Amino acid sequence: MYDIIFYLFAAVTLVSAFFVVTNRNVVYSAFFLLFTFFGIAGIYVLLGADFVAVVQVIVYVGGILILLLFGVMLTNKITNVEIKTGTINILPAAIGVGIFAGVLLAALINSDWKTLPAGKPLPTTALLGSMLIQDYLLVFELLGIILLIALIGAASIARREKV
Amino acid sequence: MNIPIEYYLILSAFMFFVGVAGVLTRRNAIIVFMSIELMLNSANLTLVTFSSYLGNSIGQLFVFFVMTVAAADAAVGLAIIIAIFRNKLTVNIDEINILKW
Repeated sequence: MYDIIFYLFAAVTLVSAFFVVTNRNVVYSAFFLLFTFFGIAGIYVLLGADFVAVVQVIVYVGGILILLLFGVMLTNKITNVEIKTGTINILPAAIGVGIFAGVLLAALINSDWKTLPAGKPLPTTALLGSMLIQDYLLVFELLGIILLIALIGAASIARREKV
Repeated sequence: MNIPIEYYLILSAFMFFVGVAGVLTRRNAIIVFMSIELMLNSANLTLVTFSSYLGNSIGQLFVFFVMTVAAADAAVGLAIIIAIFRNKLTVNIDEINILKW
């Protein structure tokens, strides 16, 4: 039962990730990225991380993907439609990715992973909330400051300057 | 939970390879951005996998930190891309070489 769900979500994730990179139309790539994010959220649920899955959908689909779509719409010439783009450096990239893939997959398959026996997945929201506000409070505050700085920086960079 | 941990790790590794290939080969800066998001997602997937198979929630907490930094870098990066587009009327990364000499 779990196997079928895992293979389904893994197939959705990998196939749409492949189309994100290979599709020539930028808007289609953005929409395939949506399916990738949903597939990852499904795999988080399968791993027992319910709150992370919901946050994945909210932050990535609701935030970052909309931002990327705005970027696509703001950086296309309206007059002559230049929405299709090409590729560069196919051969060096293929060699590099091949070597990297071989090393990483060999290390991953030959390792002896120690795992706990499977238990019933528990709800994680309360645990994560108490950890975030007790043990990792400083990191939490720093993340808020990072978001504020990023917001101010993005607004001031993208602003049209009056000369 | 009776799926071996290697399956999740291999899935995440393949997502990472797709992201690396996208960063290296595509010309459009926004697609490069999407590939970076793919790589960040695969790192998140690895964190959640280890957290779940070790029975320790700190990995899931780190995923939040990664997501926050990803949101911040998406905002700043897209602002930079828009500023470059306004000056040079292109987002192709092989035509933007003003830092090269």
